Amino acid sequence: MTPTKPQPDTAPRADEQSLAGWGLEPRVDCAVYRPGSAAELRHLIEHADGPSTLISRGLGRSYGDPATNPDGVVLHTAMDRFLVFDDATGVVTAEAGVSFADLIDALLPRGWFPAVTPGTKFVTLGGAVAADVHGKNHHRDGSFNTCVHAFDLLTPTGQRLTCSRDENANVFWATLGGMGLTGFILTVTLQMLRVTSSRIDVETTRVGSLDAMLEHFANTDDDHRYSVSWIDCLARGAKLGRGVVMQGTHAEGNGGSDLAPAKRRAKSVPFHFPKQALNALSVKAFNAAYYARHGSSRHAEGFDPFFYPLDAVLHWNRVYGKRGFVQYQPVFPEADGAAGVRAVIEKLSAAKRSSFLAVLKRMGGQEVGPLGFPMAGLTLAVDMPRSSGLRGFLHELDAIVLDHGGRVYLAKDAEMTAETFAAMYPRLDAFKQVQRQLDPEGRMASTQARRLGIVGQR
Amino acid sequence: MSNSDNNPKRVLIVGATSGIARAVAHRLAQRGYALVLAARDAEAIDRDAADLRVRYSVEVETRAFDALDFDCHASLVDGLDLCAAVVCHGIMLSNEDAAADIHEHRRMIDINYTSYASVLEVLASYFEARGEGVIAAISSVAGDRGRPSNYCYGATKAAVSAYLSGLRGRLRPRGVAVLTIKPGPTDTPMTHGLKAKGPTAPPEVVARQIVKDIEKRRAICYTPRKWWPIMTIIRAIPEWLFKRTSL
Repeated sequence: MTPTKPQPDTAPRADEQSLAGWGLEPRVDCAVYRPGSAAELRHLIEHADGPSTLISRGLGRSYGDPATNPDGVVLHTAMDRFLVFDDATGVVTAEAGVSFADLIDALLPRGWFPAVTPGTKFVTLGGAVAADVHGKNHHRDGSFNTCVHAFDLLTPTGQRLTCSRDENANVFWATLGGMGLTGFILTVTLQMLRVTSSRIDVETTRVGSLDAMLEHFANTDDDHRYSVSWIDCLARGAKLGRGVVMQGTHAEGNGGSDLAPAKRRAKSVPFHFPKQALNALSVKAFNAAYYARHGSSRHAEGFDPFFYPLDAVLHWNRVYGKRGFVQYQPVFPEADGAAGVRAVIEKLSAAKRSSFLAVLKRMGGQEVGPLGFPMAGLTLAVDMPRSSGLRGFLHELDAIVLDHGGRVYLAKDAEMTAETFAAMYPRLDAFKQVQRQLDPEGRMASTQARRLGIVGQR
Repeated sequence: MSNSDNNPKRVLIVGATSGIARAVAHRLAQRGYALVLAARDAEAIDRDAADLRVRYSVEVETRAFDALDFDCHASLVDGLDLCAAVVCHGIMLSNEDAAADIHEHRRMIDINYTSYASVLEVLASYFEARGEGVIAAISSVAGDRGRPSNYCYGATKAAVSAYLSGLRGRLRPRGVAVLTIKPGPTDTPMTHGLKAKGPTAPPEVVARQIVKDIEKRRAICYTPRKWWPIMTIIRAIPEWLFKRTSL
């Protein structure tokens, strides 16, 4: 029940919530608003008793602090409607709160799959634009921006702007990867990919070293739409970088019943694991077992286990315990990529910062916005549980990344310094210029944006 | 009540932009029902209608409805071929806000009760003439007992519950079922930001039970189900004891 339209004189009502990113830290007490329409959102921005600053939040899958802000958080989950879908072209327009899970549920049975998808389907379209997310096909197809035709943005001054490569192009590019700081993404129009089956033909190849892996990428990546590899961060010496390459392509099917997704029952991690559960020894055992189990093979599997293996375990972030964890993801340019990856793995391995999940993949050189993350080269993603001294350790990793001409992904970042960030993102000033024009009064802010010096302190 | 793909049955949702109504619409569409969404905010129901069509490939039409425009109620079901109607609109004022402004208080009574009386009679005549169908309307657990914390709102819902109870008896011989829906606190725009004493239920969970009870032609729908034993106990507490509680 609700329906009274917001009266001009009624102040928007906030819910006080303690919010964190997917990494569970930092935790921030936020005033949370949940408008159901652009009109309600505009009312919130313009109301005299409204919040001083705001940031958008979707399903809270960014790892660090980009979607928290004590002054105000706009939850987009009540703006989650499909608006237009053209079955002939696969172009869909939906409100920014629609998730990849929604897209797949509604459109896969009709033969359409997201053309670019992140590694969890619990990401909203607004979040996908704000982080310009990438997936296992980045080496070939680029990041999410490549399938975005246009989006509507409500600017911090309450103006509705349609943005595309042709219209308000500077705002389009600043918003893609702009971590929500240019305003509120209302709707997104994107191109889906035609498929005839819900299954993926997968080829897995075990490789014994980093060099062998890079050689395998170079020889075979172009033959597969999707390519990613898991690497054992604890292996050292000649075995450093050993792992399993997983490559895939959409299977050919009959289009009808072949599009039905396989039923999967979600499991959940019901509580935070004690901090002793994960240690160098248990992770080493896990990694060794994983490596031994995955030989080279060819098989077909459902899209869920291929793209979203961890979505099968709800709250999987709890396995790292209450203190949470960090996912660290740098990208290195092609020329210096192997050396950068090796330097980071050596440091992780020496420090015994346990990590189950280390993922390596090649990225392509498609165009990105001023705060876009991808560049042609290699990207590595590793999980590290929070423990004492982690911040200092991450700053040491940051130095290695900078040294090799790389940068760290803002959707994962939780601890970078403003200086490091400015050095990694040389187009920051171009971003700030567009951002200041859109937001002259400084209404947009997140905990991350303040830490990184993109916006002023409170 | 059941549904087949070839000739979808049609359900009218009155007050279709409310949080519970939207979840009920999704659940019905998922089960293949065609829908008629009626609400005051034309833009909002158009968006919801588009969403339901894309997600579930069902027929959805919209029409204007304003709870306080009593003259428009008579034409609410004109030209429609319905198997059921769900009445969902409503507002909630705190006791303090109601006490502070009788005009706002009376507006809540009119939206939550007077308009229900009006709309329910229109629906009763419509389904009575057809000799079949289900009328469902949203009351609340708050209507089961006047609690110090929320009695102004609760009283409007108690009136709706009493009305539905009588209507049920009247329409039963005519083949029409009447369902009183009593949701517990639900996570909707109406409750967002209120300091709730306990957790609120997701609207999807609440809606699932509502649709099930409509299809089974039940009389009372506590949703989530746990509210049935809880409210049974609360209703049984004698007044001399109840007045000493702070529920």
